[in-house]
Amino acid sequence: MKKLVLGLAAATALAFTGGAQAQGYPTKPITMIVPFAAGGPTDIIARIVADNMSKTLGQQIVIENVAGAGGTTGITRAVTAAPDGYTIAMGHLGTFSAAPATYPGLKYDPINGMQTIGLAGGTPILIVARKTFEPKDLKEFVAYVKANTDKVNEAHAGLGSVSWTTCTLLKGILGTPKINAVAYRGTGPALNDLVSGQVDFMCDQIVSVAEQVRANTIKAYAIASAQRSPALPDVPTTKEAGLPDYQIEAWNGIAGPKGMPKEAVDKLVDALDKALNDEGTKKRLLDLGTVLPTAEERTPAGFAALIKRDADKLTPALSAAPKQ
Amino acid sequence: MMETLSHLSLGFGVALTLKNIALCFAGCLVGTLIGVLPGVGPIATISILLPITFGLDPTGALIMLAGIYYGAQYGGSTTAILVNIPGEATSVVTTLDGHQMAKQGRAGIALGIAAIGSFFAGCVATLIIAALGAPLTKMALLFGPAEYFSLMVMGLCFAVVLARGSILKAFCMIMLGLLFSTVGTDLETGQERLTFGVASLSDGIDFSVLAMGVFGFAEVLRNLESPEARDVVKGKIGRLLPGWADIKQSAAPVLRGTFVGGILGILPGNGAVLGPFASYTMEKKIAKDPSRFGKGAIEGVAGPESANNAGAQTAFIPLLTLGIPPNAVMALMVGAMTIHGIIPGPQVMTRNPELFWGMVASMWIGNLMLLVINLPLVGMWVKLLQVPYRLMFPAILIFCCIGIYSVNNQPLDVAFTALFGLFGYLLIKLGFEPAPMLLGFVLGKLMEEKLRQALIISRGSFYTFIDYQERPISLALLIVAVLVLAIALLPSISKKREEVFTE
Repeated sequence: MKKLVLGLAAATALAFTGGAQAQGYPTKPITMIVPFAAGGPTDIIARIVADNMSKTLGQQIVIENVAGAGGTTGITRAVTAAPDGYTIAMGHLGTFSAAPATYPGLKYDPINGMQTIGLAGGTPILIVARKTFEPKDLKEFVAYVKANTDKVNEAHAGLGSVSWTTCTLLKGILGTPKINAVAYRGTGPALNDLVSGQVDFMCDQIVSVAEQVRANTIKAYAIASAQRSPALPDVPTTKEAGLPDYQIEAWNGIAGPKGMPKEAVDKLVDALDKALNDEGTKKRLLDLGTVLPTAEERTPAGFAALIKRDADKLTPALSAAPKQ
Repeated sequence: MMETLSHLSLGFGVALTLKNIALCFAGCLVGTLIGVLPGVGPIATISILLPITFGLDPTGALIMLAGIYYGAQYGGSTTAILVNIPGEATSVVTTLDGHQMAKQGRAGIALGIAAIGSFFAGCVATLIIAALGAPLTKMALLFGPAEYFSLMVMGLCFAVVLARGSILKAFCMIMLGLLFSTVGTDLETGQERLTFGVASLSDGIDFSVLAMGVFGFAEVLRNLESPEARDVVKGKIGRLLPGWADIKQSAAPVLRGTFVGGILGILPGNGAVLGPFASYTMEKKIAKDPSRFGKGAIEGVAGPESANNAGAQTAFIPLLTLGIPPNAVMALMVGAMTIHGIIPGPQVMTRNPELFWGMVASMWIGNLMLLVINLPLVGMWVKLLQVPYRLMFPAILIFCCIGIYSVNNQPLDVAFTALFGLFGYLLIKLGFEPAPMLLGFVLGKLMEEKLRQALIISRGSFYTFIDYQERPISLALLIVAVLVLAIALLPSISKKREEVFTE
């Protein structure tokens, strides 16, 4: 049924665009697999970006949500599809950099086994704690956690989630991988128990925690980015606050199967760049707390370097983390 | 008080937009329809309609689903009075005196007082939700993982005790629901559990697949067995508005019914079904001449119908404030909220105030609509009772299949639903009620999560659940749970319990 609809849409598009454009890529709608449920942060970013990219490409980018196994089900399907440029995926830090160390049986290789297109945007990570937690700033926090490894509790949104990944990295850097990790089904419930003081601290994306930090129901020690965020200007960076090693961002980016035609890659890179320069698209992304990618990160090579850099950073901590 | 008023005005602002009025109306209409038709209940309907709400915003979706639920309570009484078949489980007692009134030519009065009583109860229940919502939400902040776990244990104990039929069978169904909920990837370790290598099970059994199979498909199968003969009252329905004498006779039962139903509705574990029974027993005990009951006493319609509707609405309180569904329909609401990215719980009121108060306000509007839908249009509903099953059932099945497929675009889901349908039919044939299973399934995921969280925080000590110094609430909840089970198992009470449910 789906194929029939796509086919019809393609035929209609052909009839309208005429022969000249039909020669080159793309001649039919492109499927962008989002490996999470509709409505989540990755899905929203994918829809915003795909909407503008479709205009540049002259063909619709159709979002298909294939959720499961921390996003690896959808990415597996995308990068093992025919490399014709008509199946791509919007993945994130977890599926591209953390997955190989998180899921031992992973069926794809993000470093050597796929064609990167470019980064769509990054989201800063914050270290937050319950309001009544003793340490006043990041330096005290580090000292306290190291001294009380067997007492503090960290909350996260489940194995493979951004909060689990980034907090496991933090614990690796602090040299305290054994800290009690309490798993929740999603950021919402975890944050709830942080507000009510049941758990001590967590790491999560600025979009999820900013509201509670501003309402002063939880406190933020630092933001793990190079710059402070305009959304929370009072929160220092990890560099300013004394933990320069902890630098991590949750990001979303586009990739496809290895061996895609060069023409398709070039056109997709160009469409992504145009989308990120479009005022309307930019505003919608910035409103979500997204940091726009640099010119370098918008290229296949730049994005691949980012994936590799974060994978190298995460792998030691994630491999050592207790699982399976 | 002022706060409640400003909240309510926000709610009415949301509920009175054209789109939400239309959705509320659609919900009430569908609810009345399925309430009238015996065999198709609100659980089946809501699970069938779940996929359709994907396209709506969460507030609109929940307004519509809630409308179906309480609309069904109104519709159920119409069938109970006119056909002597309870359209819904909660209108069983209405058949006793309601149908007798209809036989005496007072069908219109019975329908009228049922609708008026329900309307009154609905309005009061809406106010109760508005008043209790904020304080209960504040209380919810005192709840850590241990308290939530104990609360759910208590809820499941109530569900066992309040289920119809044998306690042992209800217990088994809840356990089965809990077991089903453990299928899928482990949250902490990423290990796959009970998936038997089937890739589509790695994220667990889909809630809508289970619900639609066990309720939608199985209900249709079950109904195929029973003959189509229906004992519709042939005579005229007569005047709808009760006279002064009738109103005077019903006023006190309506008030008492609203109170009893409202309180029982808040109880976890499907207390709402008890409301009508409790109200009927109470009216019979209080009455000067109890022998009138069963022969067309208007109190026997007014009280239970009010209790029924009040309970249906206060059942939203535990869901909206604590995020814990008290019965299977509310469990479906959890599914609907989660699909829309809203995690039910205390944060709903602060983070989505327009959803919370919009839904509360829509309930009042819905009750007003139901008064209009049910009274003047009652003739139309009676005609609907004549739609033959051979047209209705295939339509329902096709609708189910399309709905299930559209959730994940997975053909395998449809097959799984059919499998669960057969399984549900088997359960019904063997006298197992599937509703506790659905409750167990939904609570199971939460319970496991909370149990493990509580134990991780306490460094593996089970003492955390009964620690009277640190966690007195948890201890109290567990004591209530044990007491409820113990009382229900006492020989004298368990005999009485059987009487209540067979009546």
